[in-house]
Formats: sequence, C-alpha cells, structure tokens
Amino acid sequence: MQTMTPKTQTPHEILESPDFKKLVKKRWSVSLVLTFTMLVVYFGFLLTVAFNKEVLATRIGEYTTLAIPIGLGIILFAWVLTGVYVFWANSDYDTSVQNLKDKIQ
Amino acid sequence: MSSSLLLLLQAPSTSTLGTANPVSIAMFFLFVAVTLYITYWAAKKTKTGSEFYAAGRNISGFQNGLALAGDYMSAASFLGIAGMVATKGYDGLIYSIGFLVGWPLIMFLIAEPLRNLGKYTFADVVAFRLRQRPIRIVSSVGSLLTIAFYLIAQMVGAGGLIKTLFGLDYEIAVVVVGCVMTLYVLFGGMIATTWVQIIKAVLLLSGATVLVLLSLAKFGFSPANLLESVSTQYGQEMLAPGGYITNPFDALSLGLALMLGTAGLPHILMRFYTVPDAKAARKSVFVATGFIGYFYLLTFLIGFSAMALVGKPAIEGIDKGGNMAALLLAEQTGGTAFLGFIAAVAFATILAVVAGLTLSGASSISHDLYVHVFKHGVSDEKGEMKVARRATVALGILSIVLGLVFKGQNVAFMVGLAFSIAASANFPALLMSIIWKRFTTKGAVWSIATGAILSLVLIVLSPTIMVDIMGYDEAIFPLKNPALVSMSGAFLMGIIVSLLQPEESAALKFESEKLRTYLGVGAE
Repeated sequence: MQTMTPKTQTPHEILESPDFKKLVKKRWSVSLVLTFTMLVVYFGFLLTVAFNKEVLATRIGEYTTLAIPIGLGIILFAWVLTGVYVFWANSDYDTSVQNLKDKIQ
Repeated sequence: MSSSLLLLLQAPSTSTLGTANPVSIAMFFLFVAVTLYITYWAAKKTKTGSEFYAAGRNISGFQNGLALAGDYMSAASFLGIAGMVATKGYDGLIYSIGFLVGWPLIMFLIAEPLRNLGKYTFADVVAFRLRQRPIRIVSSVGSLLTIAFYLIAQMVGAGGLIKTLFGLDYEIAVVVVGCVMTLYVLFGGMIATTWVQIIKAVLLLSGATVLVLLSLAKFGFSPANLLESVSTQYGQEMLAPGGYITNPFDALSLGLALMLGTAGLPHILMRFYTVPDAKAARKSVFVATGFIGYFYLLTFLIGFSAMALVGKPAIEGIDKGGNMAALLLAEQTGGTAFLGFIAAVAFATILAVVAGLTLSGASSISHDLYVHVFKHGVSDEKGEMKVARRATVALGILSIVLGLVFKGQNVAFMVGLAFSIAASANFPALLMSIIWKRFTTKGAVWSIATGAILSLVLIVLSPTIMVDIMGYDEAIFPLKNPALVSMSGAFLMGIIVSLLQPEESAALKFESEKLRTYLGVGAE
C-alpha cells in the first residue's frame, strides 16, 4: 500500500539512493571490522599457544599464570564485541533503517 | 595448604554413581512430566507451519537467547569440557574458547540477513535468488549430514551416560531418550522445543553455578586457593597450555571448524526464525553468547575443582576421558541428593539437544525436500505438516536405531565431523549467498558438495580415524580435523564455478532484494 506524498520513493529509488548505499556500506564495515577483530584475537591466541607457550605459562600471581586471565578474557571479549554490535545497531543502524522505511510508506 | 588437609579433601573411594539414585530418578521424572505438560499446552497452539517450525515467531529475543544457549550447551560440553579440564588442565579452556568465538561471527555476518530473508530453514536463504530445486537438494544433504553425525554422538553419549548415572541399561536409555524427544517435537513442534531448551538452560546454568559455589566454599571462595591446590597436587603445568596443540595447522583447522561450524549448524540457524524481527535476532545472539560464555567459565572452575577435590586418579578410574568429573564433584560437595540433581540435569540436557536436532532435520525434509523438490514449491500447509510429523517420527526411530548400532563405538570424532561439515558445506554457501552478488546456483551446488565430500573423505583419511580407530601408524591426511582444507575448498569452488558461468537473474535479484536483507521489508 503506497500513499503518494511528495516524500515517497519507489523501492527502486530507495535502492539507488545514497542514503541506502551508505547504510549497506556502513553495516558491512562495522561487521567486517568486528569480525576481523575476533579472528585476530582468537587465532592470535591459538598461534601463541602453538609457538610461544612459555609466555602464557608466565606466573602473574603466586600460582596463577598469564594464560588464565587471557583465556577467560577472550570469552569476555567475545561477549563484549557482540554487545558493541548490538549497541551500534540499536542506535545507529535501526534509526537509518527507520528513516528509509518511512520514505517507502 | 598442608598435605594432610589435601588428603582430607580427596574423594571417598566409593561413589554411588551407577546405582539408582532416588533423587535423580524423582528429578528426572519431574522434568519429563513438566516438559510433557508443556508439550501438551504447546500442541494446542501448534496448527500452522509457522507455529510448528518457528513457534509462530513469538519468542522474545531474551527467550531465544536462552534457548540458543540451551541448544548449544550439550551434555558433551558440560561433562566433556569439565572432564577435559579435570584431567588435562588448562587445555580444556582452549577447546571451549573455540566453541564460543563462533557466536560473535553469527551476529556480525549471518543473524540479521538470515532472519530477514528466510522462512524456516537456512536453505531458504541460500535458495532465495537461485534455482530452488538443486539448492534445496544439496543444502538438505548438508543439513541432514550435520544433524545425523551430531545426533549419533548425542545418542551414544546419552546411552553411556545414563547407564553410568542411573544403572539403567544402555538400550533402554536410548529408547527412552528417542521416544520422549519425539513426543516433544511431534506434538509441540518449535514451541515445545523452545521451552524445553529454556528450562534446561536455566536448570543447567543454575545447577552448575551451585556446584561452583559449593566447590569454591572449600577454598574460602578464592579461585587463587583453588589454583594453588591444583598446582601443588598436579604441578604448575596444569595451569598453562600443554600438549593440546602440537601442530599449528591442526590448531588452525580445528579452530576454524569450531568457530565457523557454529555458524553452519542447522538447528542453531533455525532458531533465528522464532523471533519477530532482525532486532530480536541480534539481541538473542548477545544473550546466548553471554550465557554460553558464563557456562564455559563455570565448566573451567568445575574441572579444576574436580581435579583438586576429587583427584585425577579417582576421576580417571571411573572414566578415562574424565566425563564423570562434574558428577563426582557434585557428589562430593553436595552429597547424593545433589549428585541426583546434576545427573537429572545432564539427562534433561541430552533430551533437549536431540529434540532441537530432530526438529531441524524434520524441517529440512518437509520444507526443503518435500515442498521445494517434490512439490515444486507449491504445497498445501496440511500436506506439509503431515510430512513434517512423519519425518519427525522417522528421525526419532532412526536416532534410536543409530544409537543402538553405534553402541560401544568410538563416536567422539563425530562431533568434530559435524562441525567440519557445518563449517564447510553449510557456512560458505550461506555466507556467499548473503554477501556476494555474483554467486550462482552452480557455484552453490559445487561449494556445498565440495565441502561435504572433502569433510567426509578427509576425516576417514585423517589420524582421527586412521590412527585412533583403525589403528594404522600413520594417516594419509595429516590434520585431525579437515576444516582448513574442506572449508577453503568449498569457498574456492563456489567462487570459481560462479565466475565461470554467471547467472544474470541471480545477480539482478540480489540488488532488488536488498530492501528485504537490510531493511526487513517483506520479511516473514
């Protein structure tokens, strides 16, 4: 159901609009930066385990090793990253989506 | 801590494991009664396809997050990872990190487009702008292979676990699990399955939390004291990476399988259709990642507590892989009643996971194969539901048969294989169909087939099967998990075939469907 107000755009016009193109581009920039960060952290950890185990065995407490806060830290970091994405998407992305959707209806 | 005190803390040499425990039996019957009541309630609300496959898309983001966590926290990860930490120390944590880090990737790359483009299965998304029949056939093969291997591992694990826990016969245990989960799915569809997952997730998380608190109480609630006890009894090397990773390529390959396989598990992907929109889908990943991360923190502490309190020899004396570590710890810290509770939770965990797997298998058969292959996309809802229910019964029977056939076999590798197929056959095609305009039908078919076949062939030629199971000295393929080669092969094949033979209509549709992918316009 389309009502013809001056602001209305056809789906094709939306697709071609700079706002929409910017939205898609930004969505993937955010996603890819976050994905890349996760990959670097995880594989960085695995490679450290493979090539430089000794560093992780360093004691930081009487018995506690560096490996323990790093391992648990990666779990926390993964969760925080999903939080960062949700925060960005809820505030920034959803607003732009709503603006574009309003133009269609 | 003095050594005499350490001796006092050691496990009693006798354990009630393997004998009928009245608390666990009562708890288990209570769980089954409650969940069957929920199934009865859900059955009245399960009439249409959208209700059967996707719980009417009425599950909230938070609820779905708990249910996703429930689907993912299998008995294997609860007992297996705690056992790995209890016997091998820190290395168990490396393994669980691999299982967790796939979740952010699901969020960043897949969750929202999947929710917006699909209806009931992930094949909906792959087939969206490509030719339906070939895509539906290969992607249901990918789904069903992943589900079958995961299901066998769960059923065999269930039979063995229940035998150890309750002293019940392996065969009876397998039949009971198969029948109860079939009832959930058959009558209650996704609504019942979701609530079973939620209840199970809450029970598992709270049970594990209590277990950690009871254990830490013995160390004055200080994790440092716990680590001290581990280090003085079994050596400081337990607190650092050990022999888990010897070959960096092995590490990379297993890491890829665990990480990206998560993003290709059909029963996980299917859950995104149970929420109303992309925003709720995103929230559910955040909630799931938080709970799963917390759960791995708990299993890490449970493992070390078991090592310190129960003792490695006692744990390995009952099960070489350490799978009973969490249960022995429960008995020692909370007595027989608490052991009964944790044992019942482990049983409930298995039921919930196999129900999720069976539902996604049935959807693949009825929605992908029956409707889109045999009926060419036109189907009456009644017919489709009938097929979905028959498929559920068939999969229920099949899971019992497979559980019995594989009794006593070494099926540990099957979870790794399921993750490898998910990472190689399902994930590359799904990702490329979402982000790559020039992806074609032929590209998708070749990519899925390459991923699945390479996973299967290479695992047979790998040390996992050739050395560990068949007993050869050396394997033809050097890596324990094939994902590094099979996933790269699937991506490469998908790209090459798509570039060689462009598909104009698919590229055009990619543009026009962007409104749905990114704005959710027209999403079901």
